[in-house]
Amino acid sequence: MTALFQSEFFYNYRRSSSAMIGSALMAFFALAVLLGPFLVAQDPYDIAALNLMDSYKPPVWLEGGDPQFWLGTDGQGRDVWASILYGARISLFIGLVAMVASCFIGTLLGLIAGFYGGLVDSVIMRIADIQLSFPSILIALFLMSAVGTGIDKVLIALTAVGWVVYARTVRGSTLSEIEKEYVQAAKVAGLPNHKIIRKHVLPNVLTPLIVIATIQVGTFVLIEASLSFLGVGVPITQPSLGLLIKNGFDVLFSGLWWTSVFPGVAIMMLVFGINLFGDFLRDELNPRLK
Amino acid sequence: MTDAPAPMLDVRNLEMHFSLGGSVLDRLRFGKKGPRIDKPVVRAVNGVNFTIERGEIMALVGESGCGKSTVAKTIARIYKPTGGELRIDGEDVAEHDFAQMLPVRAKMQMIFQDPYASLNPRQKVRDIVAEPLLQQTKTTAERREVPKKIEALLAKVGLNAEHAGRYPHQFSGGQRQRIGIARALSVTPGLIVADEPVSALDVSIQAQILNLMKDLRDEFGLAYLFISHDLSVVHHIADKIGVMYLGFMVENAPRDVLFSRPRHPYTRALLSAAPSIKENRDKEEIELTGEVPSALSLPSGCCFRTRCPFAWDRCAAERPALRDVGDGQTVACHLIDEPERDVA
Amino acid sequence: MMRDTVQQKLLEVRDLRTHFHTFAGTVKAVNGVSFDIAAGEVMGLVGESGGGKSVVGFSILGLIDSPGKIEGGEILLNGEDLVKAGEARLREIRGRDISMVFQDPMTSLNPLHTVGRQMDEVLRLHSDLDTEARHAACVEMLESVGISRAAERLKAYPHQFSGGMRQRVVIAIALLARPRLIIADEPTTALDVTIQSQILKLMRRQIAEKGASMILVTHDLAVVSEMADHITVLYCGNVVERGRTRELIEAPAHPYTRGLIDSIPDLSNRHERLKQIPGTVPDIRNLPRGCNFRDRCPRAQAICAEIEPDLMPQRGSLSAACHFPLSPGDTA
Repeated sequence: MTALFQSEFFYNYRRSSSAMIGSALMAFFALAVLLGPFLVAQDPYDIAALNLMDSYKPPVWLEGGDPQFWLGTDGQGRDVWASILYGARISLFIGLVAMVASCFIGTLLGLIAGFYGGLVDSVIMRIADIQLSFPSILIALFLMSAVGTGIDKVLIALTAVGWVVYARTVRGSTLSEIEKEYVQAAKVAGLPNHKIIRKHVLPNVLTPLIVIATIQVGTFVLIEASLSFLGVGVPITQPSLGLLIKNGFDVLFSGLWWTSVFPGVAIMMLVFGINLFGDFLRDELNPRLK
Repeated sequence: MTDAPAPMLDVRNLEMHFSLGGSVLDRLRFGKKGPRIDKPVVRAVNGVNFTIERGEIMALVGESGCGKSTVAKTIARIYKPTGGELRIDGEDVAEHDFAQMLPVRAKMQMIFQDPYASLNPRQKVRDIVAEPLLQQTKTTAERREVPKKIEALLAKVGLNAEHAGRYPHQFSGGQRQRIGIARALSVTPGLIVADEPVSALDVSIQAQILNLMKDLRDEFGLAYLFISHDLSVVHHIADKIGVMYLGFMVENAPRDVLFSRPRHPYTRALLSAAPSIKENRDKEEIELTGEVPSALSLPSGCCFRTRCPFAWDRCAAERPALRDVGDGQTVACHLIDEPERDVA
Repeated sequence: MMRDTVQQKLLEVRDLRTHFHTFAGTVKAVNGVSFDIAAGEVMGLVGESGGGKSVVGFSILGLIDSPGKIEGGEILLNGEDLVKAGEARLREIRGRDISMVFQDPMTSLNPLHTVGRQMDEVLRLHSDLDTEARHAACVEMLESVGISRAAERLKAYPHQFSGGMRQRVVIAIALLARPRLIIADEPTTALDVTIQSQILKLMRRQIAEKGASMILVTHDLAVVSEMADHITVLYCGNVVERGRTRELIEAPAHPYTRGLIDSIPDLSNRHERLKQIPGTVPDIRNLPRGCNFRDRCPRAQAICAEIEPDLMPQRGSLSAACHFPLSPGDTA
């Protein structure tokens, strides 16, 4: 730990306001997600706790606001603040799980493509190209019509599109690492190929992935929000921030803006924080030329 | 009739050609007669012959693109040769698969040029040095001996035990080369292929590493295949020297013979070009014109004729073979037959 | 007679200090370097990696970017102090009075512009010639550096040239505006020895014809011995020895120079074992007290760890920074 605090990384971190703001935002959401349920009195998805009399109360600073629901309530009397906390959980859950799955699949395919080259490489990269021409929305629509909505369908749609960037990046790094002499030395030492990939190539291609993974969480949160907004995302029983926006959208133009806007602001802050920190990481982890 | 022991390394007609252009899909072209698949070939090594006895240091010299590094990597079986025989301690390993090569790897190891790329930055020194040895150990008892051996090896190359737990970036270029040498020594090989081992080092460190390599040869009876572009380094360390150009060996001779009586025009040009710190070192002046042709399309006949100051029509028609001219010297040049053409 | 002693000094560098303030401490890359160059001379700036020699070249041209900074000293070009000159003045000087040849021919040319355009740019900035005159000057210069079919080649892109050809182009660009001083930073290190020999001959001819001076920055003592009139040896940011080439090489006064010369395997040497300089270059962020070289010096005594030696004239043209300099015939 002390090594981290004395490192050049931390030195530059302290000097970068965008990094610190970014990570503060991320920390805020992480805490909200972990501690959320304990912070709000009302579980907005427990029907028994709701009271229709509380519906459409505006935020506390406007006339008609109720200090118990500082950001207001929606049509069913759900506390918007509590909904955001619960919704953020789902959004982040989806973002993180899809990221991990994409990373795993993409890295594996990228290593194989880069290391073995030839036909295997061509095939994997053509699949990647094809994959990229399908927007995730199309894939989600297809899945929905075939097997219905659900968080797992969203995860599949996101992963199907998300793995490509890892595969491409890892393939590129792999191609450059296998030319390096330490990989040749491993061959001369008599290591079989799978061990070379695991012990030598993989640890040395991971660094750029950290940046990609970080920023991808934000990207996935946004894509999922769009999917949910269009109705092909998460089911109503587990609303993410995107679905919250959609739910509030219907009444947006009658002046009941807070049910839609606040979840929107929440997404924006989450993704902004991730991107700020991700940018800092990208500059930091960029190998400097001697 | 006793058999003399086989040379440590015996290379016959070694060939290494690379097909470029990616996989089948990438090489697909649509020409006037319909689709075809291009097959560009880089002929990096074209029929090289030489032997190295135990304890002998042979150098391969030449400039960029001559194929010397490829020869080194082919001998180390990083690449599988596309032709010829490759005998290591008597055994032809040119066609060996992975399992068959594994015991051979205990006899032959390699040290590399770039001290910054030849060590895995994420591995500790002790793991780096132990790696070749660990591939050769089968029993747990053997494996338990490894840490002690590593310590001894590090000491032998001038590092100490506390260096074992560090990472490569904590060492200087010269120290990293020492780590590479320790790694190669871990299996107590008979042959070490050294690919430009001192080219990336400062002059004062070069001297240290060259002295170390010589001491190790004296102590362990190692044979070296020493690749270099620097004639003065090679003059210092080699017993015999092969000169390469465009994948061909154009001359091969013991050190003193090569430097005092070079026969091939390219060798003479190399010697003439090498800058020297001694004033008025007496050297022949041969200046080459033009650039090295591409290995994708070799000149017909003699590969050197496009830059040779003496070339005549025979050189384009007929490729000269490597011929013995006495004193252990072989040369591939038509001037041997017609020495009267040798006028600058 | 008088003319010899009052030779016009083209460049005088006095106590130059360039430091880099990094996370890991202040790197004193150049820490009190002084030398002179007269018109028409070639000076070799020699040292190993980390010795600061490239930084000297960049400092002269004002190309030091943060976190580096010229902390002190003077760089007098015909009396004008470049350290104090503003960026506008430096831009006038760069390319016209002083030009630079970089080490790596692969990256010192812009891959997106034709060679002709890059050459033309120099003349547009630093001369009053019109388009036709500039074109003619470029063609002539390309031919004089040994590139045949020059007019055609001007339309080619850098990647269409080989390494040796590219370096000729770089040299051509450096000579175009007829600079008085050329700083060549390891100009032939990346080239094959036969190409190197061609390029060095070319540079010698051009300098002689145009009466320019050159600072040849390199680690290769052999190259410098064939090209330079006098040599400055750097170690860890300081000048440890200076003098005329033959004197310095035949009988150096500083043990480091002696060690460098002895560790070069040379075709005429017959040593069985190369003399080596023990130890390694000290960490430049943490230089030892006293003389920087003392931990590796076979002649070091107690005083060497206390007092840093100043550069003092020794014998003939040599100056060395050493408390126990070598006499001719000493083998250290």
